[in-house]
Amino acid sequence: MNIRLRRALMLSPPLLWTVIFMFVPYTLLVIYSFWRTEFPLFVPDFQFGNYAELIRDPQYIRVLWRTMRIAAMVSAFALLLAFPYAYFLVFKVRRPGLRLVLYMAVVAPLWVSYLLRAYTWKTILGTEGVLNSFLISTGILSEPSSLFLYNQTAMVLTLTYVFIPFMVMPIYAALEKIPASLKEASADLGHGRAATFLKVTLPLSLPGVIAGFTMTFCLAFGDFIAPILVGGPDGQMVANVIASQFGAALNWPLGSALALVMLVIVLGIISVSDRFERLGQARLS
Amino acid sequence: MTAADRDFTAPRRIAPRMEKAVWVLGIALILAFLYLPIVILVAYSFNDSRSLSWPMSGVTLEWYRTLAANEQLIKAVGNSLYVASCSTLLTLVIGVPAALALDRVNFPGKGVFRKLILLPIALPGIITGISMLTLFRMFGLNLSLETVIIGHATALLAVVVTQVYARLQRLPKSYEEASSDLGAGVLRTFFLITLPNIRTAVIGAGLLSFTLSFDEIPVTFFLTGRDNTLPMYIWSTMRRGLTPEINAVGALIVLASAILILISVLLLRDKPTGR
Repeated sequence: MNIRLRRALMLSPPLLWTVIFMFVPYTLLVIYSFWRTEFPLFVPDFQFGNYAELIRDPQYIRVLWRTMRIAAMVSAFALLLAFPYAYFLVFKVRRPGLRLVLYMAVVAPLWVSYLLRAYTWKTILGTEGVLNSFLISTGILSEPSSLFLYNQTAMVLTLTYVFIPFMVMPIYAALEKIPASLKEASADLGHGRAATFLKVTLPLSLPGVIAGFTMTFCLAFGDFIAPILVGGPDGQMVANVIASQFGAALNWPLGSALALVMLVIVLGIISVSDRFERLGQARLS
Repeated sequence: MTAADRDFTAPRRIAPRMEKAVWVLGIALILAFLYLPIVILVAYSFNDSRSLSWPMSGVTLEWYRTLAANEQLIKAVGNSLYVASCSTLLTLVIGVPAALALDRVNFPGKGVFRKLILLPIALPGIITGISMLTLFRMFGLNLSLETVIIGHATALLAVVVTQVYARLQRLPKSYEEASSDLGAGVLRTFFLITLPNIRTAVIGAGLLSFTLSFDEIPVTFFLTGRDNTLPMYIWSTMRRGLTPEINAVGALIVLASAILILISVLLLRDKPTGR
């Protein structure tokens, strides 16, 4: 057997797999988005009715907007917690062993079921939950409050909790790469610690911040578990609407169109953040 | 030493200690935020009342006994083990050659191939789920655990490829060139030279894929037939109401995860930043 044939043999399983199980399904989604629904059947067609529907009916724009807002808030809160944490690990912890333990402490929850991590917030925030009964037993509340669960705040809290490791990892990696000599040089040039942070550490950590923000945003943007568990009547997100079109509402063409809108948004955000990341790296190198 | 000097140095000695205290407090709060919910999840699995309120009324193993007698749940665990093992194996068999191809071989369409194969890592799982659902429907395939396996393997391919690819880039090409100069074939070189050198990355990616598959919901949600995986079973139980039984499952999953993390830390000790 010659080497090219062997190479082709090595290449063919992954190539075939990606074509059959990735390229074809995504293409099908595009095709479906042009079909019509004559309940309960989907009729092959080429028309833009589904996309027009997404623009015409204000509920879809509203859901998209809400999803983006929630995902942005989740990323912002995760960043607020993750940045100091990663900073502490890289610059304040001297012992490598302790650093590894603290790093693993953030990453480890990723190995614990996502569903259960979201569920535990439902048990904490509910009217008969741990938080309410705790506040009553300490006398802060006189009766259980229903304010904690089934609203957007609960969703933001739960999603921040669930996705925070994805923010810590890239920021940690970016901070770790900053050579100590740069900070020393900045100090030698007479900069105070605040100036050194603003002019050296922060700009050099930006690629990690952007990567973490993008990852967290995309994950929160596509979530459909938290809205069902802890979200309220106004808590539907895009993925919930898509799921219902592929489930009870049985309108695959409309669901496909919405899924493609979601896909375009996610890919758009990724490519913008890629550009920013590269821009940052180019300027600083 | 003048008075002014003392005034200048005194706060300087206190300030670092203050600063350290603030840091430690802040980090402790973040860790509390991360772990208090998990502690609560585990603690209430031992609560001897059905309600999940503070304070716990007493300690019992009742919920674990109920679990042990719950046949549906045990079946779901079995299904999940089956799905996670098969999809991990499948995704490694496809992902490792894919990473090799991306690193070592040039072929037309490589850019598209790379983008496509890495897409699910950034894409919401729901899109992988529904797009594969349309595929299976077109082929007239009935949904089953096997369709779930195909879905998981596809979604996890990106994880395996990124991890193995990263390791391959650090592996000098000269090893393989030496091997083929000495007359070893492609397969022999792969099994005797390449694979042993990327072993930890492959094992790490395998462990990660296994956990992710075991835990997967969005893809499973659309691709499963009448058989439930564990997360789907928990999901349906949850929607019927909250019981300490779910906490007991949670506690067991926390335990299993802790063991897996320990194994992976021991295996990947040469790589302190994890994944």
